[in-house]
Amino acid sequence: MTRVLDLVRHRTARTAFFVAVLMLLAWIMYGEVFMNLFNIRNILRQTSMIGVISLGMTMVIVGGGIDLSVGALTALCSVAAAYLSVRGPVAAVAATLALGLVLGAVNGLLVAGLRIVPFIATLATMMTFRGVSYILTDIKSIPVPRAEKAFIAIGRGYVFQVPIPAVIFLAVLAVLYFFSASTRTGRQIFAIGDNEEAARMMGVNVPLVKIFTYVINGFLCAVAGIILAARLGAGQPIGAEGWEMNAIAAVLIGGTLLSGGVGSVTATFFGVLILGLISNIINLHGEINAFWQRIVTGLLLLGAVFMQWKPSSSRAGE
Amino acid sequence: MRTLQKEAPGRRAPEMLRDYGAFIVLFLILAVNALATPNFFRLGTAWNMLLQSFPIIIMSLGMAMVVATGGIDISVGSVMAIGSIIFAKLSLDAGWGILAASLAALAVTFCVGLFNGLLVGKFGFQPIVVTLVTMMVGRGAAAVINDGKIVTFYDSNLVDFGLYQVFGVVPIHIVLIAVAVIAVYLLVKETVFGVYLQAVGDNLRAARLVGVNAFLVILVVYAVNAFLAGFAAIFETARLASADAINLGRLVEMDCVAAVAVGGTPMRGGQVRIVSTLAGALTMQAITTMVNMNNIPYAYSLVIKSVIIVVALSVQKEK
Amino acid sequence: MTDPIVAMRGIRKEFPGVVALDDVDFHIERGEIHALMGENGAGKSTLIKILTGMYRADAGEIRLDGGIVEPRSVFHMQSLGLSTIYQEINLVPNMSVCQNIALAREKTGPLRKIDWREARDRAGRALARLGLDIDVDKPLNRFSTAEQQMVAIARALSFDCKAVVMDEPTSSLNEGEIAALFALIRSLREGGMTFLFVSHKLREVFELCDSVTVLRDGGLVGRRPVGELDQYSLVSMMIGRDASEVVRARRSAGVATGARKICSLEGVRGGMRVRGLTFDIAEGEILGLAGLLGSGRTETLRMLFGADRPDAGVIRVDGVEAHFAMPRDAIRRHFAFCPEDRKVEGIMPSMSVADNIAVTSIRELSWKGIVSLPRKLALAREYIGKLNIKASSPLQPIRNMSGGNQQKAILARWLATRPRLLLLDEPTRGIDVGAKAEILDLVRRLAADGMSVLMVSSEWEELIQTCDRILVYRDGTNVASLEGDAMTEDAVIAAIAGGH
Repeated sequence: MTRVLDLVRHRTARTAFFVAVLMLLAWIMYGEVFMNLFNIRNILRQTSMIGVISLGMTMVIVGGGIDLSVGALTALCSVAAAYLSVRGPVAAVAATLALGLVLGAVNGLLVAGLRIVPFIATLATMMTFRGVSYILTDIKSIPVPRAEKAFIAIGRGYVFQVPIPAVIFLAVLAVLYFFSASTRTGRQIFAIGDNEEAARMMGVNVPLVKIFTYVINGFLCAVAGIILAARLGAGQPIGAEGWEMNAIAAVLIGGTLLSGGVGSVTATFFGVLILGLISNIINLHGEINAFWQRIVTGLLLLGAVFMQWKPSSSRAGE
Repeated sequence: MRTLQKEAPGRRAPEMLRDYGAFIVLFLILAVNALATPNFFRLGTAWNMLLQSFPIIIMSLGMAMVVATGGIDISVGSVMAIGSIIFAKLSLDAGWGILAASLAALAVTFCVGLFNGLLVGKFGFQPIVVTLVTMMVGRGAAAVINDGKIVTFYDSNLVDFGLYQVFGVVPIHIVLIAVAVIAVYLLVKETVFGVYLQAVGDNLRAARLVGVNAFLVILVVYAVNAFLAGFAAIFETARLASADAINLGRLVEMDCVAAVAVGGTPMRGGQVRIVSTLAGALTMQAITTMVNMNNIPYAYSLVIKSVIIVVALSVQKEK
Repeated sequence: MTDPIVAMRGIRKEFPGVVALDDVDFHIERGEIHALMGENGAGKSTLIKILTGMYRADAGEIRLDGGIVEPRSVFHMQSLGLSTIYQEINLVPNMSVCQNIALAREKTGPLRKIDWREARDRAGRALARLGLDIDVDKPLNRFSTAEQQMVAIARALSFDCKAVVMDEPTSSLNEGEIAALFALIRSLREGGMTFLFVSHKLREVFELCDSVTVLRDGGLVGRRPVGELDQYSLVSMMIGRDASEVVRARRSAGVATGARKICSLEGVRGGMRVRGLTFDIAEGEILGLAGLLGSGRTETLRMLFGADRPDAGVIRVDGVEAHFAMPRDAIRRHFAFCPEDRKVEGIMPSMSVADNIAVTSIRELSWKGIVSLPRKLALAREYIGKLNIKASSPLQPIRNMSGGNQQKAILARWLATRPRLLLLDEPTRGIDVGAKAEILDLVRRLAADGMSVLMVSSEWEELIQTCDRILVYRDGTNVASLEGDAMTEDAVIAAIAGGH
């Protein structure tokens, strides 16, 4: 039972949880129930891509890293998926996922192998991934043939009235929750983020586990890229721009610490949900300028940061 | 421990690479261009390159100081947008003079920097998070000011001001770059502030215990950085004769951080290399210019830059 | 059975420009507590790192339990039966005790799920063996340093372990905790466990160990049963000359009666630990603070320096009430503070020795904010000479210097401000015997010139040899003041224990 409470043990995570629940309740009370159920479905579908990426980002951040390349990688994967869609959905998905794994591993090798600061290493790969997808496509979107219904269904279909992207998002959440709380590698990610030197001394293969966090993240970018291509019916070389910042914001609003070692995928889920609700509110009210969304996101992030503030940290020492 | 005889008195190769890596890279890029790109070494090309790299150079100087304190500032692109749109609105819609509008824009960006510095220096929040907040809120706010529409200058003397040439030969941008590089170099290397700046980045707790006002140092550094971003924004607005709150300065923070990193300033702080940062910024621009002049798609410059970043950082790494 | 459990032969290790170990032989017998000693730079930490798998030796062979091994990593050596406890507790603070003990070796079930029940049982058993009863589900950082140290030992023992290496395990423990740790080590030895014990503290070696190996300058000096040695002969082995010239006679002068008070505390309370301090410091006096770890000694210095703020009470400087909100306020009154932890609060590692020395007085070395390089270098050279700091150049980065030289540079930084009151927190911790003597000697000379010194040390002998007066702390208040011949270790212990 204590393990269930672990989900929201951290103060900010708990707050994110309550904020998300309150917003959801307010939303349901606000109008006609059916309208809103439809709406929740919409929110889940809209946020599923950024959600999947945020879950991967959580693993990277908990392990003490950061990954700026997720937006560009998602775009590149969407292009790859669109190109490959003519070969059938299975081949397209499998090959794109493999691509995500490999490119995630590249990030991991730069960080853990060459020991380049994560911020700079993934900044470089962000430029490469974006550059390569521009070069491959000449900056034009790559259409998925209309005949590829099965592939397109990944982005637009439903399972029992639940959008498939949302199903994927929730499935990834479940798997990562199990992975991070109950497997050896999962626990080792937390150990590295908390105290890397100690983790090394205790027998954790630090470089390997670090690489693994970036591999997970690359894989999930591929998942998001596939959904993106399927939903829009085309690979998007210029798509997903700036998603890295939204994903980082969702992770931090959820309550995961950027310093590593403390956080959870469930907290990120609530962070994603909050951002999704806000985006939805703003979209439904056309008169509210869409740029307000960024402002509100930023302010929420600021709020989350203040939640984690310990007054002692500003003093010369503890 | 005993010292071996074989230790050479001179500096070893890795240190040379660390200290001069950025210059070597710049030299290589220029050498490649000398062979491959026709007209690359004409005066006009050089002027043009410096003109285009003006914002990156100016802002990399500020970023180098921020990085030296152990921080980072990813909000500079958004700060540019704020500065640009305020400048444009005041000078066009409100009818302020160019000077007054510039000063107002600079004052606002300076205050944004103060806000960053306050949260980092006083509250001890992580710089990435703080400036991510400013980046998001700032970009949103800049867009909201003019509903996301571009403000265009048609006939004002702004365009003249953007093309002003000192003594009729040297573009004003180049004079400003020279002044800024020298000023920041002297500030960092020769003043009390420079020593405090590095002390704060090297060991914050120790710096506080020797009486350094760490908060003030951090506050000033972030404020100056945002101020320089505002400064660059005004000149970019003049050069482009328009203010685009959505696109101006997008991802420019990444270019600045890359320039600083290629310049060999360690990201953990405590040390700063100003002249190398200049070389780093020029390298970034030289790649763009090279790609443009050879009619290669822009995307290739992204790939080349990223390779240079990775190579530069893996050679400069300290053991 | 006669085989030593650990045997190293002909070990050599070079770093760029330096031979750290040269043809060193070393062994540990079964079931003994063996000490490894040497000054800083003697090569003992290198030897430990080679043995535990952090470094590779350039030459030599290592045998564990009779068989030749090539240590590949810390984890590799652990799995072969050699566990290590480090000076800094190398555990993961935000994870639970149970997870800390189990990390990287958890038993897994279907779907590779960790068997938490088994992990918890094992952690409980390992802790019970040490007589420790704590909640294994709580995060490690909720526990005291001593308890965390015990968890580290529990983790080490929960391996199938033949020998335990302890690298300065007592440096963050108080007297009671050290006694408990030693009792534990002895009882484990009775059970057949072997220990390698590395410490700077001579007393601990004589109290605990059966035999000792001494290294000097990367070479082996010798291996002796502890019973054959006394403190002087051991120190002589370590420093390579007669110890009596290092251990100097006690300072005789004393403070003139009626010397001016420069600072006084009245009922000062603050933080978690300081619960009422009242005492004065006279001009030219060396006042020692003795007490257990956590009795509020460091906090006293920090409050006097404005690094922490008192909650109640009055601090007077020259008879006038002073409110120090931050270190700068204290520095203005010519107070100076050398912190306990050089790395964390002292040095600026990538800056030069010159900058590290000049940083406190950089304003005086500049004109309108512009620093004069010649004056800065002159100041640095002056103090490098005065304090006998071994630096290849004033522009050498300070992180490449030894601990003793770093400590001298930090002292130099403050002497350059011509302080009236020098606050020293463990000024000799982790530095070698020679540098220790130099620093204490310097402190005495400065006091003779009229500087007041307030000094915290966990080595009471050092306080007795250096100070004019010793204040003894118990639970955040000063309970006794010892002067002259009354300053003895017994008296300090008696006062701490409350029998004074």
